[in-house]
Amino acid sequence: MIRHLREAGDLDAADATLILDTARELARLTGGREVKKLPTLRGRTVVNLFYEDSTRTRISFEAAAKRLSADVINFSAKGSSVSKGESLKDTALTLQAMGADAVVVRHGASGAPHRLANWVDGSVVNAGDGTHEHPTQALLDAFTMRERLGRLAGLNVTIVGDVLHSRVARSNVVLLNTLGAKVTLVGPPTLIPVDIASALGSGMTVSYDLDAVLPASDVVMMLRVQTERMNASYFPSAREYSRRYGMDGARMRRLPEHAIVMHPGPMNRGMEISPEVADSPRSTIVEQVANGVSVRMAVLYLLLGGK
Amino acid sequence: MRTGPKQARTGKVILADTDVSRVVDRIAHQILEKTEGARDTVLFGIPTRGVPLARRLAARIHAFEGIDVPVGILDVTLYRDDLRLKAARALGPTDVPPGGVDGRRVILVDDVLFSGRTVRAALDALGDLGRPSSVQLAVLVDRGHRELPIRADYVGKNIPTALSESVRVTLAETDGTDEVKLYGSDS
Repeated sequence: MIRHLREAGDLDAADATLILDTARELARLTGGREVKKLPTLRGRTVVNLFYEDSTRTRISFEAAAKRLSADVINFSAKGSSVSKGESLKDTALTLQAMGADAVVVRHGASGAPHRLANWVDGSVVNAGDGTHEHPTQALLDAFTMRERLGRLAGLNVTIVGDVLHSRVARSNVVLLNTLGAKVTLVGPPTLIPVDIASALGSGMTVSYDLDAVLPASDVVMMLRVQTERMNASYFPSAREYSRRYGMDGARMRRLPEHAIVMHPGPMNRGMEISPEVADSPRSTIVEQVANGVSVRMAVLYLLLGGK
Repeated sequence: MRTGPKQARTGKVILADTDVSRVVDRIAHQILEKTEGARDTVLFGIPTRGVPLARRLAARIHAFEGIDVPVGILDVTLYRDDLRLKAARALGPTDVPPGGVDGRRVILVDDVLFSGRTVRAALDALGDLGRPSSVQLAVLVDRGHRELPIRADYVGKNIPTALSESVRVTLAETDGTDEVKLYGSDS
């Protein structure tokens, strides 16, 4: 098993499958019982180092670490020495001195986890870096697809929206490629990098027409449209975006019977996804949150459980 | 299951396949006797080879007395105290039969009893599942060298071993044949 999880590309198919299998057992193990805590990582310290606000990712990692009995330290850049100018390296050296066994890092700069991995002895887990990657999100998405549809190999996964700025999309493309799914990226041309197909691999295609790809999609993954993009002329208006790339009831009915609709959250209801779709049995949004804890438990166990 | 360090290639056969089934039959009878008809009893196999052994015991108990004893699977990986000493290992399944363990007699089943650390982990794992009325332990082979104050209630065969020797159990379900072999310095 690898020591750090900096990007989805760190995982080969065997490691990714091991994480998904472990997550499944962990979900089954802690699912229906009163004592959800396992003693596995007792005495280990996990630091959540968050330079960007992300409550849901942080609490997901925190819940995962705590269910494995690790000690959790939450470090948020706001109000810390970081706002007084301390560098990432000095923070890393502090964590190192405190004996952190794992550092879960969220950073606005792409590549920050890579730098951090050079400075600390413990494992580094990327919880989102800039516009680069968010590998545990991709793992929980893959886990959700596998649970709902029974497999990943050969699935047609359509990722819709702001691919340009989306670390979720990037990690998903890489991981799904590793696991044998076919990915189609759909969005306004302004939000899909021109060279992405050549950059990210063979099992991937690009389309600008959502309606055309729906009938062949097993999974449709809606990406969140950030408010600042709405005002930054990537597309004419929120309404126009919603009309062309939003997932509404009519579009959902054009999907195959078994297809699911995913969203990494938090969602803009009525913008990229309509309430009818978000609350339908096909939507996996709430499951994704629950699966996130299991997948992060699996990652922490496999990175920290052994030698 | 291999216990102790790897040694010689060929081992001494301690139990052949007919012996294994005889031993399983005997343990099944002992369970029936000691538990007065296996009432309120659940068998929990510890992966890997404890699971088929638990299933065989349940099948034999059914054949002898017509009683259905539920069989569960208890993976103890996450409760082991040696996790840090080895590379992270894959989890096995854990299956709790309907009705859970609360108030029932639980019999843990494993192939080899050695240091006792696996059983300790199993007791911890069981404690997180509920509160059994009592817990017993059935093993195919007890090879000694306990590191914890643990003993088995049902033992298929006691094998006096040296620490340098290793005991390997193979079962038809997992390995194709039923056999217990001792590997060591002079075999």
